[in-house]
Amino acid sequence: MNSFVGMPSFPEASSVAVGDAQLRHNLRKATHTIRAKRAAVVGEQPDWAALREAGAAIKDRTLRHLDVYLERLEAAVVAAGGTVHWAADAAEANRIVTDLVKATGETEVVKVKSMATQEIDLNAALADAGIRAYETDLAELIVQLGDDWPSHILVPAIHRNRAEIREIFLEHMADWGRPAPPDLKDDPRALAEAARLHLRERFLSARVGISGANFAVAETGTLVVLESEGNGRMCLTLPETLISVVGIEKLVPTWQDLEVFMQLLPRSSTGERMNPYTSMWTGATEGQTFHLVLLDNGRTSVLADEVGRQALRCIRCSACLNVCPVYERAGGHAYGSVYPGPIGAILTPQLRGMAGPLEESLPYASTLCGACYEVCPVAINIPEVLLDLRAKAVTHGHVGQRLAMGAARRVLDSPRWLAVAQRSAGRFRRWTPKRLPGPLSAWSDTRDVPVPPKESFRQWWAASR
Amino acid sequence: MVGGEPMSSKDQILARVRSALADVPRDEDVPVPRDYDHSRSGPDVVELLVDRLVDYKAEVREVDDVAAAVAEALTRRRARRLAVPSGIPDSWLAEAEAVRDDPPLTPAELNALDGVVTGCAVAIAETGTIVLDAGPDQGRRALTLVPDYHLCVVRRDQIVRTVPEALERLDPSRPLTWISGPSATSDIELDRVEGVHGPRTLEVLIVVSRP
Ligand code: SF4
Repeated sequence: MNSFVGMPSFPEASSVAVGDAQLRHNLRKATHTIRAKRAAVVGEQPDWAALREAGAAIKDRTLRHLDVYLERLEAAVVAAGGTVHWAADAAEANRIVTDLVKATGETEVVKVKSMATQEIDLNAALADAGIRAYETDLAELIVQLGDDWPSHILVPAIHRNRAEIREIFLEHMADWGRPAPPDLKDDPRALAEAARLHLRERFLSARVGISGANFAVAETGTLVVLESEGNGRMCLTLPETLISVVGIEKLVPTWQDLEVFMQLLPRSSTGERMNPYTSMWTGATEGQTFHLVLLDNGRTSVLADEVGRQALRCIRCSACLNVCPVYERAGGHAYGSVYPGPIGAILTPQLRGMAGPLEESLPYASTLCGACYEVCPVAINIPEVLLDLRAKAVTHGHVGQRLAMGAARRVLDSPRWLAVAQRSAGRFRRWTPKRLPGPLSAWSDTRDVPVPPKESFRQWWAASR
Repeated sequence: MVGGEPMSSKDQILARVRSALADVPRDEDVPVPRDYDHSRSGPDVVELLVDRLVDYKAEVREVDDVAAAVAEALTRRRARRLAVPSGIPDSWLAEAEAVRDDPPLTPAELNALDGVVTGCAVAIAETGTIVLDAGPDQGRRALTLVPDYHLCVVRRDQIVRTVPEALERLDPSRPLTWISGPSATSDIELDRVEGVHGPRTLEVLIVVSRP
């Protein structure tokens, strides 16, 4: 199954994306549309600045005493009839979830969009154990049927247009259940209807649901999921067993704190006053069996960094993606993780460490224009963290990488040199992608230099995973 | 589950958290400035709620006589068999058949119904949100999820203006569903389509005076 391991460094992947006119068009339309909607609904909220300040403070309050709140959450969930599991890393989380599903005797689960389960590649782990995970969010369904990667936090299939989606449905829905009608049209209404019918029976018969959560309230043990389509409610409500995989940074201390985030998140994310559906539940609800899996998987390393820990405030609204000039040109895939855009550029290198060329190049995927900081509803100073990570990349980087940076700078002075370097990089990466130095200079300097890719990123990706 | 081993994953994670926070004084508590508005002045909450619901493409009407309005809505929609929670009187349904959730209806049975009629716990005017808390006039969460049509009756005294006012009224120990318009997606080229998996039609009756 899919894995981001061995991804090319950000400059390489992005140079391919920049050449894809359709992708650039879609991204531009998406980011500008959502950006305008967000600005409108934020503008009508007279106390936005105060909400943002409160949001940042609540998250800091939680993170700076996370151990206290984690234990409080566990106690509250257990008191409400839930079971709490702790997962130090992806492998442990996958093992816990797989065992829980196996214990139910089921071989199918329905899933509501969750970045945490994408991060740990849960679907692949379940598949290895003979369990099929059905993604139910429309965009995630498109991504799953197309055997593809999400490219945006909020609208993961934004790199696909309606004609492509129609093709994907016609070709692949039958492999996963009810086929698409043969006369399927490509208008969004018809495509959404096909998805509704495709998933309907699955929802009605599902016995195990898997979710993430946007927030977990330590004081009460309440979990919160925001969504639009109702697939979340289906997955959270109908199955007999619900398993929620939640990153340890998702906590907020008190019930009252939700009054801040229920205002900040919908307006920042979809640019709506409120998203169509939000579910809040506490422990085992309406006869359901409930398991909460608390996931570390690198978060405590982020927490240890006094500058970088603010990245854990992130509520995954994706506002920073929509204002980022680099994201708009590069697309989400170039960031090589489930966390694209400015937040990915600071989160991925911290979660994984400066493990390879991708992680080391991500802090350079920015022009430091500061737009991300300005829109961030929890005031994460992304440019500050980027600069700090750059300094660390240089301090801790290998000699070869330092040389590569010098080389990159020289290369960038001349488009001809750049073309040569990219071509040789293209040959090189097929054999030993991990050792590829890659130009580590600010990617922004290169983005307008035409680089004809030898093969498209998607082809490369298909061939090398 | 956490076993009896000397270093469980829970202990490991908590130990990592504590060592990551070595620079933070243990007795510190970060003050949270709550200078945002708890309530606000503005247009009448009924007017505002109507405006917001219409914006979400929900159908909304202000009514005096609940029973007559419910019956009228059901007739107009040709909804004949409806899921009805225990707290909703038969008299509201007039000609239509009230299907009670006792014993609990299966998802397939719910799927075969024409709709559901409920009350609500709280409505938030500024955001056009209706909150259900599974009370007697609302029922289990599945009732308002599976049928394709949701008719929701909101009393004037249930309407608050802001999100903080709503949270204050809600009980976190109850299962809560916040509904702002019919289900929707913008996943395909950002074109908004109303109605995916949840009810495709949300109709709201706001009771402005006692029947
Ligand atoms: S970093 Fe801020 S703006 Fe970006 S997704 Fe996270 S919360 Fe939203």
